[in-house]
Amino acid sequence: MAKRQDFVVRFAGEGGQGVVTASEALARIAADVGYHALTFSTFPSQILGGPTWTQARISTTPVLSPGDSVDVLVALNEEAYETHKEDLSEDGVVIYDSSFTPNSSGRMFGMPFDDLAKQAGDIRTANMVMMGALANLVGMPVKFLQDFIVNRYLSRGQAIVDANMKAIAFGVERAASTTFQIGELEPPIKPNYKQAMIRGNDAISIGALAAGLDVYVGYPISPATPILIYMERNLIGSGKFAYQSSSEIESIAAIVGAGYAGKKAMTATAGPGFTLMGEGIGLAWMAEIPCVIVNVQRGGPATGLPTKTEQSDLMTALTPAHGDQLIPIIAPGTVEECYYGGALAINWAERYQGPVVLLSEHSLAERVQNIPKPDLSQIVPEVRATYQGTNGYQRYDGYELSPMPVPGKPGAYVANGSEHDAMGDTTHLPSRHIQMTTRRFSKLKLLEENVYERENTDAPIAVMPWGGSKGPAMEAYERLKAQGTNLAWYYSMRINPLPPKLLEELRKKELVLVPELNYLGQFASFLRSHGVNAQAITQYTGLPFRPKDLVNRIKDAASAASRKAVSV
Amino acid sequence: MTSKNPEYDFKWCPGCGDFGVRRALEFALQDFCSYHERPMNSNVIVAGIGCSGNLVHLVEGEQPYGFHGIHGRTLPIAFGAKMGRPDLNVVVVAGDGDFLSIGLEHVAPQAARNLDVCCVIMDNGVYGLTKGQSSPTTDLGVITSSTPYGKLESDLNPLDYYLSIGVSFIASGYSSKPKDLGKLIQAGMEHKGFSIVHVLSPCTTYNDNYEQLKGNAKKGIEPIIFDVPKEHDIHDREAAHKLVNAAKIPIGVIYQAQGRPTLDQRLEDLRGRVKVRSVQEQLEVFVF
Repeated sequence: MAKRQDFVVRFAGEGGQGVVTASEALARIAADVGYHALTFSTFPSQILGGPTWTQARISTTPVLSPGDSVDVLVALNEEAYETHKEDLSEDGVVIYDSSFTPNSSGRMFGMPFDDLAKQAGDIRTANMVMMGALANLVGMPVKFLQDFIVNRYLSRGQAIVDANMKAIAFGVERAASTTFQIGELEPPIKPNYKQAMIRGNDAISIGALAAGLDVYVGYPISPATPILIYMERNLIGSGKFAYQSSSEIESIAAIVGAGYAGKKAMTATAGPGFTLMGEGIGLAWMAEIPCVIVNVQRGGPATGLPTKTEQSDLMTALTPAHGDQLIPIIAPGTVEECYYGGALAINWAERYQGPVVLLSEHSLAERVQNIPKPDLSQIVPEVRATYQGTNGYQRYDGYELSPMPVPGKPGAYVANGSEHDAMGDTTHLPSRHIQMTTRRFSKLKLLEENVYERENTDAPIAVMPWGGSKGPAMEAYERLKAQGTNLAWYYSMRINPLPPKLLEELRKKELVLVPELNYLGQFASFLRSHGVNAQAITQYTGLPFRPKDLVNRIKDAASAASRKAVSV
Repeated sequence: MTSKNPEYDFKWCPGCGDFGVRRALEFALQDFCSYHERPMNSNVIVAGIGCSGNLVHLVEGEQPYGFHGIHGRTLPIAFGAKMGRPDLNVVVVAGDGDFLSIGLEHVAPQAARNLDVCCVIMDNGVYGLTKGQSSPTTDLGVITSSTPYGKLESDLNPLDYYLSIGVSFIASGYSSKPKDLGKLIQAGMEHKGFSIVHVLSPCTTYNDNYEQLKGNAKKGIEPIIFDVPKEHDIHDREAAHKLVNAAKIPIGVIYQAQGRPTLDQRLEDLRGRVKVRSVQEQLEVFVF
C-alpha cells in the first residue's frame, strides 16, 4: 500500500479545553521535523465554552488548504463527536475522551486524557497523550515527538521532560492496543531553506513594519485584533506610535491625520469597523493622503459571523465611501502573501498618495503555517514624492500625481475633503470637479504592475480564484490537471488595479471560473465590469472551500460551458 | 487660503462672530511663532465642517498648514497629526455642532490622554451652514427650523462638561474682543496638554444674541457675560466648578491643571522602559 502524502487531524471540544494549542503544537512538531503544516480554526465569539474546533493538516509537500476531510478526529465531548463525525474520511479514526461513550461503534477508541496526564506527572501533558496516540496511528516515528520535547522543555528542567515523555508513551501504548491505522505517512523531506512558523495577521504586521510603518491606530475587533496587539508591542521606537483608539471612526481619521503629517500610517479592522471607516477612507481619497486600511474579512453584514471566514467585503472595499472612487486593493491568498502584501500596501499608499485596502480574511488571519523565512531584503520601502520648494505651492495642480508638502516645511496648503482648487480651497466650479476627479483616478495607473500567476494559458476556460480561496482552488486545479482536464490558471493578489496584461489575457478566454466565498459572486462581477466573461463559483457557509467540492463544481461548470459552445 | 481667491466662493454673513475669532487666531499664531522663533508652517489648523471650519481658508498673511476634513472628526485627525509629529503645533477649529454633537465622542478620550492640541470652539448655538437647526447649546424650548414647536433637549453647559471630563486647560472667550481672545488662544497653545478655548461667536442670521451677550443699558438688558474675577485661582477645580455654574457666563481662563503629563510625554517615558526590537529581531521569533 502506498504511503500517505498528508493527513488531517481535527481537535474538537469546548472553548478553553486547549483545542487551539493542540493543533498548533502538532503543526509545530511536524514542521520542526520537516513536514509542511497548516492549521485551521473556528471558534465561537466567547472566551470560555462553546463548541470550538481546530485542525492541522500535515503534508510532505507545501499545502495551502485545510483539506477535504478528517483522518483523525479527537473529540473531547459528545457534542463534538456528533458534530464532526460526518467529516471523517472513509478510513478515519476517532479518539474520544473517556468521559463519554459514543452511541455508535466503528474505528474509534477512548482515552482518559486528563487521568493519563496526571499519571504522567503533569496535567498539562494531556496534549502529549493525544500526540502519542496520533503518532502511532499515522506511523510517525515517536523520536520526532521526543526530540521536540527535549528541545522545547529541557531548559525548564528534567521533570517536565520526563512527564511529557511518559505522556507520549501512554498515548502510543493505548493506540497500539487497537488495530486501527490510517496508513503510514511518507517520511518528511526537510526543506533546505530557513523557515518561519507564522500566522497571517503577524505576517501582515511584519510586512508593514518592513516597509517602514510609523503610525498604527486601531480598535479591537475579531479577527483583526492580533494586528493591534502586535503593533502595541513592537511599534514603539523613536518617531513611532501605536495606539488603541476609542472607535474605528477615530482610527481612520487618526491615520489620515498622521499620513497628512508625513508618516506611513495604518489601521486594521473587520467588516463592521470597515463600514464605519467609509467616510474617512473617502476623505483620504479626496484629500490625497497616503494610508493603509487592513480589512480582515469575516462573515457579514452587521455583526454577522465574527469568527468565521468569508470574502464578502470586496465591493465595499472598492467603494467604501459615497461618491466616485475606486480604492486600490491587495488581497493576499497565503500567509506568505500576507507578508509581501502588507509591505506592498504601504508602498502603494506612498506611491499614489491615497488610501490602500489590504483585504485579508479570517482563515488566513488565524492560520499558523510554515513558510520560507520572509526575506527582508526583498522589501524596498517606497517614500512619497515630497515638495521641496518655497511657499506659494499649488498642491493639487494638474491632472496627475504631484509632490506632497510636509507640515513644518514650506508649501503650506489646505488638505481638503471638500472639492477644491489647486491650493486646496473649497470650490464648486464644474471645471475643478472635472480636473480633480480625473486627477484622483489617473493616479491608479501608478499601481498597475504586471505581476500574476499563469499556467496552461492556451486553454479556453480558466480558473481564477482570489484571496484565501487560492489554496483550495490551486489544489483542485492540480487534481483536475492530473485527471487530464484542460484548464488555464490565473491568480493575482493585486485586485485593483488588476495587472493590465492579466486582463488582456482574461478577456480572450471563453470563460473564467471564479471560486469565491460570498453569495453575490463579487470578484466575478468586478471582472465582468472589465469585459471578462467571468462566472462565480460561490460558497457562503462561513468555512473555506474543500478542494474536492471545487473539483466537482469546476468540472461541472466547465463541461456545461463546453456543451453550450457545441450546441451554438 | 486667502479671501482674495476668486474660486473660493464661501462667505461669512456680515457681522458673523467668526470674523473676530479668525482675527484672534491670527494674532495668537503670529505671537506664538515670534515668541518661540518657529516658522508659520510648523502650525497645523484642523478644521471641522460648518461655518466655523471655513476659517482655515480665510486666514490672512503668512499661511499655516490646514486640514479641512469631515464633519465631527477634527480631534481624531489632530490626534494622528500630533502623535505622528509631536513637533507640530496643532490647533482645532470647530463649531458647537461639529465638536459637541456629532464629534462629542472624541472629546473625553483626548482629555484622558491629555493630547497636546489646542481647540478653538466657535459656539453660536445653532447650525448655521444648514440654515438654522438646533444645536446642543441651543436653549431648551427655543424654536428653530428643526424644533418648530420648541427644543425638547436641555442645553449643554460646555464649560462644565469640559471640566467634568478632565480637560486640562479651559478658557471661555467672546468673539467681539479679538485681542483678548487672541491672548486666551495663545495661552491655550502654550499649555502643555489638552486645551479648549470655548468662544461665544454669534450668528447674525439665525441666532443673533449680541445684545444679550453684551447687554444694552438703554433697553435695560443686563449683559450675560462677565469677566472672570481677578482673584479666581485657575488651578482650583472647585472654584472653576462654581464659576462655570454661575447664573452668567464667565469670560477668561477658567481652569488649568498642573503637572499632568501629555500623551507624547507619557509615550516618551514608555520608550525609556521598553526594549525596542528591530524588524529583523522580530522576525527571528518566528524562525525555526
